[in-house]
Amino acid sequence: MTPKAKAYELRLYVAGNTAKSVTALANLKKYCEEHLKGQYKIEVIDLLVQPQLAEGDQIFAIPTLVRKVPEPIRKIIGDLSNEEKVLVGLNIRPA
Amino acid sequence: MAKDHKKEKSKLHPAYLEKTPTGITGLDEITEGGIPKGRPTLICGQAGCGKTLMSLEFIVRGAMEFNEPGVFMAFEEKASELAVNVASLGFDLEKLQADKKLRIDYVHIDRAEIEETGEYNLEGLFIRLGYAIDAVNAKRVVLDTLENLFSGLSNQAILRAELRRLFQWLKEKGVTAVITGERGDGKSLTRQGLEEYVSDCVILLDHRVINQISTRRLRIIKYRGSIHGTNEYPFLIDEEGISVLPITSLKLEKEVSSERVSSGIPALDHMLGGKGFFKGSSILVSGTAGTGKTSIAAYFAEEACRRKEKCIYFAFEESPKQIIRNMKSINVDLQKYVEKGLLKFIASRPTLYGLEMHLVAMYKIIKKFKPSTVILDPITNLVTVGNVSEVKSMLIRLIDFLQEEQVTVMFTALSLNTIVNEQTDEGVSSLVDAWLLVRDIEFNGERNRGMYIMKSRGMKHSNQVREFIITDKGLDLVEVYLGPEGVLTGSAREAQKLQEATGEVLRDFAVGSKDRELIRKRKVLEAKISNLQMEFESAEEELNKMYQEDQLVKQVANKTRQEITNLRRGTGADDKEVKK
Repeated sequence: MTPKAKAYELRLYVAGNTAKSVTALANLKKYCEEHLKGQYKIEVIDLLVQPQLAEGDQIFAIPTLVRKVPEPIRKIIGDLSNEEKVLVGLNIRPA
Repeated sequence: MAKDHKKEKSKLHPAYLEKTPTGITGLDEITEGGIPKGRPTLICGQAGCGKTLMSLEFIVRGAMEFNEPGVFMAFEEKASELAVNVASLGFDLEKLQADKKLRIDYVHIDRAEIEETGEYNLEGLFIRLGYAIDAVNAKRVVLDTLENLFSGLSNQAILRAELRRLFQWLKEKGVTAVITGERGDGKSLTRQGLEEYVSDCVILLDHRVINQISTRRLRIIKYRGSIHGTNEYPFLIDEEGISVLPITSLKLEKEVSSERVSSGIPALDHMLGGKGFFKGSSILVSGTAGTGKTSIAAYFAEEACRRKEKCIYFAFEESPKQIIRNMKSINVDLQKYVEKGLLKFIASRPTLYGLEMHLVAMYKIIKKFKPSTVILDPITNLVTVGNVSEVKSMLIRLIDFLQEEQVTVMFTALSLNTIVNEQTDEGVSSLVDAWLLVRDIEFNGERNRGMYIMKSRGMKHSNQVREFIITDKGLDLVEVYLGPEGVLTGSAREAQKLQEATGEVLRDFAVGSKDRELIRKRKVLEAKISNLQMEFESAEEELNKMYQEDQLVKQVANKTRQEITNLRRGTGADDKEVKK
């Protein structure tokens, strides 16, 4: 994980340490390691700690994965259990 | 009595449902205090019926009037769009937000940029809402329109479960929530069946177009644990927001006044027992075209203004300027009262909006201006907007409302046929307290106006037909002439009067000459009497003269006889001396 020139900036919104959040984070890390090794950055935001951030990214479902970079912003909600959908959603793999 | 009863009830039941006033004109009256406090209320209806506005007004009024900050969570419009939309109503959302009395949170849901995979929940929404509520310490929350979630997300099972949780969560938070929902096809009130979740209070808004005239209506479908009006109530959206009109009060227990107000026409007051109408009563003036109904109404308005009372003149036919100009011709100057602010003209075409809207508009203006007298001229035109029964029901409610406010009202109504009916065309004659009828009397090639009082509740009134005359000096009533040839009016009456006057002069003349004759006769008689007296005097004198002559003769004879006797005795002169 080199900190510069990340092609993918990902943000995962969670609310506390729930089972869904844990699953989602684990799934996300797994896919990124597999497909985007070295080009990604994951930021986990706990809305219970920072509720004011929910509005900015238009979060209403938990967990939500937001792809900030590259544009356009994409959102994937759910525990990210479907790898195919996540990869398509993040535009890693063409649909 | 009713109030005491209520108080008692609330004492007995300490857990009486608490209510949050909405601040929306009329709505709190229908719901007897507002929507349930600390519980969600559903407002549903078709697109464009005013859901968003009503919910936003609930929040804004709460923040401005009840010091209850609110959160408006918008799923449809951005905060800036909302602010622009309601700026025309005088709601300054930006300022309220700056004052921390209002928080608008726009939730953007775009299916195109969302992918769903696996389990999720709406905790994010809860957190946002919770954060917003805490930020302004909100007591009121609006979710407009929650159903947009359904278009953005596909997992219905999760959504439904989460909605249930959301409403539960809102209750726990203790905020009074309003949720709006779009009306679906078929029987359900909302497309997604939100009414299943909101069980405390459901308000349905409706926007109907009948005869090309649209009317918004509101109905409370459900209000658990509270009495509420069950009818459909029309409501109006204008520059001051929403006003709902609670129109039918079921009770007939209004205050009555025995105070009288003058009609402005002394002769008419005289017909009404000398004092005029009761204050707060309703008066109907009906008649055929051109019989002077508007003139009577204008007189009534002028009289109210002269008493320095306020008056509203609702004109459905002529423009205010037209009325003012026309009334000047009969010596009624309304302009000066308009300038003084005592008289207000509200002119509108009946077709401008529906009957109910007219009623709401009148209701509002009357509440605001607080007149003592209201004139509707004419009510007949309202029939163009509704049918007779609708007009009647509207007028019932108007009269009801006006009596409650102790406002005297005068309606004018045009009768379409010349035959006098027992009923007016609007069927309101049974509702009004006094009914004046102005009618044409056609006779002898001219048309005259006759007026009589059909009814006047609670006072002695004349049963006579009077002739009603309009001159450039004003209105007046004169007694019709009841002669051997029947009722005479107009020039026939004048002719009859003239004839009578001629007769009188002739009679006067005749009497005069007789008097003179008498005087003459007396003079002649007196002359005769003096003549006779003279005759008598002369006769008497004659008699006297004869008598005196007789005496003289006697004396002379006596003397002569004495002398003769003396001479015989020969005493001559000596005797004479002795005797002396």
